[in-house]
Amino acid sequence: MRLRANAGTDRTVAVFVGLAGLLALLPTLDLTIPGIFNGPLSSPGTIQVVGIGLVFAALAVSYDVLFGYTGLLSFGHALPFALGVYGTNLLMLRSGMDYLPAAVVTLVGVVAVSVVLGSVALRTGGIAFAMVTLAFAESFSILVLTDPFRLFGGEEGLPLAVEHVPEAFRGVANVRNIYWLALSFLVGTFLVARRATTSRAGRVWEAIRENEARVELLGLRPFVFKLAAFVLASGLAAGAGAIHLLLVRGATAGVTTADFTLALLVMVVLGGPGRLWGAAIGGFVYGILTLRLSVVATSHVVASLPHWLAGPLSEPLFVLGVVFVLLVLFLPGGLVTLFDRLVGRLRRS
Amino acid sequence: MTTFILITVTGLGLAGLYFLLASGLSLIFGLMHVLNLAHGALFGLGGYTAWLVMDRLSVVHDPGLRFVIALLVAAAVGFGAGGVMERALIRRLYGRLVDQVLLTVGLGLALVALFGGLWGYDPLVLDQPRWFGEVTHVLGARIPNSRLLILLVALASFGGLLLFLDRTRHGLVIRAGVENPNMVRALGIDVERSFTLVFAVGGMLAAIGGTLGAVFFNGISPALGTNQLVFAFIVVVIGGMGSVAGTALGALLVALTQQYVNFYAATGLGDVAVVFLLALVLMIRPQGLLGKVAP
Repeated sequence: MRLRANAGTDRTVAVFVGLAGLLALLPTLDLTIPGIFNGPLSSPGTIQVVGIGLVFAALAVSYDVLFGYTGLLSFGHALPFALGVYGTNLLMLRSGMDYLPAAVVTLVGVVAVSVVLGSVALRTGGIAFAMVTLAFAESFSILVLTDPFRLFGGEEGLPLAVEHVPEAFRGVANVRNIYWLALSFLVGTFLVARRATTSRAGRVWEAIRENEARVELLGLRPFVFKLAAFVLASGLAAGAGAIHLLLVRGATAGVTTADFTLALLVMVVLGGPGRLWGAAIGGFVYGILTLRLSVVATSHVVASLPHWLAGPLSEPLFVLGVVFVLLVLFLPGGLVTLFDRLVGRLRRS
Repeated sequence: MTTFILITVTGLGLAGLYFLLASGLSLIFGLMHVLNLAHGALFGLGGYTAWLVMDRLSVVHDPGLRFVIALLVAAAVGFGAGGVMERALIRRLYGRLVDQVLLTVGLGLALVALFGGLWGYDPLVLDQPRWFGEVTHVLGARIPNSRLLILLVALASFGGLLLFLDRTRHGLVIRAGVENPNMVRALGIDVERSFTLVFAVGGMLAAIGGTLGAVFFNGISPALGTNQLVFAFIVVVIGGMGSVAGTALGALLVALTQQYVNFYAATGLGDVAVVFLLALVLMIRPQGLLGKVAP
């Protein structure tokens, strides 16, 4: 983790706008990228995959506010995301609300819940905080999986309440619109996170990460700032959840599990913690990579290897775990540092 | 009443498993401030080692004896794996606490997937001695012998760990290291060697837990250890990090609460109740029941 390089230059804004524009055009392009996507970019399947990558990018940005900037190692960030997914869908299914009000009510609810959970969890710090947040997230996961109240649909999850979703976001033909929704949400999340982390509170967050005792000595209450980061990150994650629900057309129990939180951690560390666009890239690459790795896993090359080698290699998580270990050992700043080094070398030459 | 006794004994067996998993976590954390997220994978490693021994060691005909060998082999493998993990990987990242945690995250993911790739995701049932399935009458309740065995092994491990920490020189260094590592270093004692030892002992306890867990949960599957790890975390936080007695107390509280609520209220609620217990303890005593300083 490093201090942010000078933020808010005109050039980064230009790059940002260009990138967003390019992503917005993506579903209209009839391009095929062999090796990564099966169909052309405009095919619904590909749009969905890239859309999920965008949602993960937004989620990773929200997590970066918490972990990368404030230094709070939460192992329960899957919880607000999963609450966003299940809350929105349940409100539509049970009370017949429309999608948008359901998502807004869920968002407000998640903010309220995260104030309570954050206040409890932040009584501890460091590793204990990680354990406590993990426990909170896991209890919801167990609640969903065992489903004692017959509410969450257990392991199979809940299909999307299609009849309450606006016409524009229904069906395979409209997956583009959901994609653009996901992209706007990512841009919004990015701007909010950027605004927050460059604000005065954002400075305090980074100070807490570097030396909490010193912040306290300056007469500030770290608890309030940490809670603010926790609640902001949770709210953004809940929003990402509401869009994920549309993209995959349902709520699946997988997003509640501890594995998903760990995947989130992988995303942020892959991209580079403490750098918002690093996290965004990490989330995006992860979303695409998991898909691609499972394609490699079922390929003929792997199948022709001896069992003791083919078995592990056909497990995407094995490859991912090993890559992650190597990353932590040899590239602790994530992909962003590679980019930094490249830019540094270009400037020198 | 007999159901109550059966549930209590089952809860005590579960507490034993939690203790075996959590005591290593607690010691590692107490001494090195490393949260080992690959600890659940060591539990799984123990279970698979035991399964392999029970399955392949057909030279030994008596299943009881074979189980004892399986337990010992699993313990040795766990000891070695824990030590190697510290020596080869964790050691490279001293002083970088978050990176150490991240490393164990990756390791945990990779190991669980490795088990899945090698042995599949369906639970593998351990070939058990017939005696395990028979029942003993305790106060009128019919208790499967395997539950009693788990309880016994867990108690023996608890006693052994206390003896190791109280009566041996290594144990003394570890206890001193938990209190004040810099002072121990200043006295010219090699704390780093204790780091390896603590990882190895933690791995051994987890692997013993994995062997017993394969019996308790009727089979070993890749994520079994990782699933229990969450409860082990809760146990460690409730008991107080770095305290072995606290871990034992936490294990009892968590396992019994879980069992009672799961049985008398609704399945699944027990696991949620445990989290409420955790929140309660944190509100009243953030450092855990027997923890000394706030972590």
